[in-house]
Amino acid sequence: MRRFSLPTLLSEALNAHQGWSRQWRNPTPKPAYDVLIIGGGSHGLGAAYYLAKEHGLRNIAVLEKGWIGGGNSGRNTTIIRSNYLYDESAALYEHAVKLWEGLSQELNYNVMFSQRGVLMLAHNQHDVQSFKRHVYSNRLNGIDNEWLTREQTKEFCPQLNISPDIRYPVLGGALQRRGGTARHDAVVWGYARGADALGVDIIQNCEVTAIHRGPDGAVTGVETTRGPIGAKKIGVSAAGHTSMVMAMAGVRMPLESFPLQALVSEPVKPCFPCVLMSNAVHAYISQSDKGELVIGAGTDQYVSYSQQGGLHITTHTLDAICELFPQFTRMKMLRNWGGIVDVTPDRSPIIGKTPVKGLYVNCGWGTGGFKATPGSAHVFAHTIARDEPHPVNAPFTLDRFRTGRLIDEAAAAAVAH
Amino acid sequence: MLLVPCPYCGPRPEVEFRCGGEAHIARPADPDALDDAAWAEYLFARTSPKGVHAERWLHAHGCGRWFNALRNTVSDAFITTYEMGEPRPDITGGR
Repeated sequence: MRRFSLPTLLSEALNAHQGWSRQWRNPTPKPAYDVLIIGGGSHGLGAAYYLAKEHGLRNIAVLEKGWIGGGNSGRNTTIIRSNYLYDESAALYEHAVKLWEGLSQELNYNVMFSQRGVLMLAHNQHDVQSFKRHVYSNRLNGIDNEWLTREQTKEFCPQLNISPDIRYPVLGGALQRRGGTARHDAVVWGYARGADALGVDIIQNCEVTAIHRGPDGAVTGVETTRGPIGAKKIGVSAAGHTSMVMAMAGVRMPLESFPLQALVSEPVKPCFPCVLMSNAVHAYISQSDKGELVIGAGTDQYVSYSQQGGLHITTHTLDAICELFPQFTRMKMLRNWGGIVDVTPDRSPIIGKTPVKGLYVNCGWGTGGFKATPGSAHVFAHTIARDEPHPVNAPFTLDRFRTGRLIDEAAAAAVAH
Repeated sequence: MLLVPCPYCGPRPEVEFRCGGEAHIARPADPDALDDAAWAEYLFARTSPKGVHAERWLHAHGCGRWFNALRNTVSDAFITTYEMGEPRPDITGGR
């Protein structure tokens, strides 16, 4: 791998940029690997990277049915924060934020991590009490989160309409200053480049159609659209398609897959300083470095793999955005799309072992997986390499639905996130 | 937005309905006889198929009645509807 640096950039500038090479190979699948990762999104590629980097494994492949980063990694609204209520979640997401803070240096790839602050608005008394509880809980866990009064929210985000007579009046907000955004494609490409340099085979256009198991029940490999591939261990990192992949191994999952929509406006000059979220109306907004307003909406109510959701869902979100930010009422929306998100009953992810020997799963990120990318990938790699969870993901087992030790962020936030 | 074919009122916009999730998940007759794994299976495990899905719908802002429907989760097209309590029709296709 040729490292990016000022000297290489200068030398290429003098060389008319003819010396750059492809950032990862396009290998033909080998007959067998030590570890297969199913799903070439940022979580899967990241897991492959950490398996090679931190656990010394070299014979690894990532299987992607389309192109890398073409699923939810390329469809999310790129919000990063760790202000979760419960200790288990706080530890997991904070693990991720700490890795985000060094990720560009770690990967020698600019993931454009921007800690511009995430402000969550409170619109009613319940929100105020709930968010203050989050703030205090976060502080006990050493995570920055602070309560802003109504006037302070306006100071932090001057575009905000805090009039008391609007439909969703602002009563205050919780601000995590270390939260922010990153460039989603760069995360995928950075991990792909790093993993490839460590010998990981990234195999695209390769859909897994069956999972093979030996007489003892352990996995032995997969059947794919590019032929059979053997494996000692398989890590499933397939987001909205996890239920389908796990069914190939005979495992029923506590998951349902729903469309989650996002949309972007026409690009404009910098006009929005932070990430703003409103759980009550289910709207998220920030401005990308290209200048587009990136807006996230809620999930549809039915299971679907159509990658598009109902127009009334986005309309509801835009109604709220227009009222909170009257200056955006005449913005044109350029594109909208849906991603398929796998939602667990307690709205917390599942990262761990499965009843099938050699099969591991990282799923259930629902509507908020991007923020966790480096942490998720890091602990998933640990779980696969050591055949036991990292302390951070130990509570996030599949077995928690049997034991009843749920991590009920759904009840804690009263919305999906 | 989906156009949901209510068997009692005809096709109506999705905003009039509540989707009640996967159909044919019967509450075990004797929960005390179940172990934790079987109870978890009843409470939490779901099929979430990519293809034909049997699910319950409630026409909340209409006739107020529940019904079952088969829908293709790739195209979102409804295939058929049938009464609550009826077995799932033997249809595997659907566009």
